[in-house]
Amino acid sequence: MAPIKPRVSVEYVGGATVLTFSDEKILEERDIQELQESLMSVVEQGEKLNLVLDFRNVQFLSSAVLGLLIRVSKKIYERDGELRLCNISSRIYEVFKITRLTKIFEIYPDVESAIESLPGE
Amino acid sequence: MPVSRSVVISSTPLAIVEVCKQVLVNLEAQDFSEEDFFAVHLALEEAFINAVKHGNKMEPTKAVKIDYSVGADRIEICMTDEGEGFDPEVVPDPRYGDNLFKPAGRGLLLIRSYMDVVEYNKQGNSIRMVRFKEKEKEKENTSKSAAKIKA
Repeated sequence: MAPIKPRVSVEYVGGATVLTFSDEKILEERDIQELQESLMSVVEQGEKLNLVLDFRNVQFLSSAVLGLLIRVSKKIYERDGELRLCNISSRIYEVFKITRLTKIFEIYPDVESAIESLPGE
Repeated sequence: MPVSRSVVISSTPLAIVEVCKQVLVNLEAQDFSEEDFFAVHLALEEAFINAVKHGNKMEPTKAVKIDYSVGADRIEICMTDEGEGFDPEVVPDPRYGDNLFKPAGRGLLLIRSYMDVVEYNKQGNSIRMVRFKEKEKEKENTSKSAAKIKA
């Protein structure tokens, strides 16, 4: 069976939904589109979602992924939810810094600290 | 020995994958660093997306021409699309104001951040990008620092 890409895994920890990207590279437009559909389906499950996106496996991404994160973030905050990013490699963190997206995303070193920062945790 | 190649690919997202692989193999052969791989890979991807989306308007029959040369101390890439071209000076800065919250418009900023030389032809449909080897830059910085200390 052909592997399903882009792969994500979802885990529920307390009141938080932790979504981990499985792929090392997130690049292709089709992958990003599918990823957006997966993420939006999680976000649209309910109001006040506490979502943590775990980048531990991601070593490379394009600016299209940054666009996807902005769309997801807007959707979450429209629904009174919270979004945290974590486990971002130093190279990818540099991309966030260059684009000043460190100003709009809350980025934590690991899943635990990201969850602790969420309201009610 | 520097390696120079010229390829013409279709305006489909997957077409750049093989070119990236070839470029990265050549960088490795010339002892470029992981930082260089990341930078060049990102610049290639972003330039190609711009060429396909904004230049060739997603028409798969239109071509993108890529010329690159990898030498001992630098990589130079020229990418040309079949579009009308644009003025890179009027592209809004995605880091400020409402642009910060827009999902698109960061490609050129990233290219400029990761490549040492970025310039367009007059028509605006061809980008030339150069990156100097990270290790060579370190050597240069070290010798500049040493010169300052001596002075």
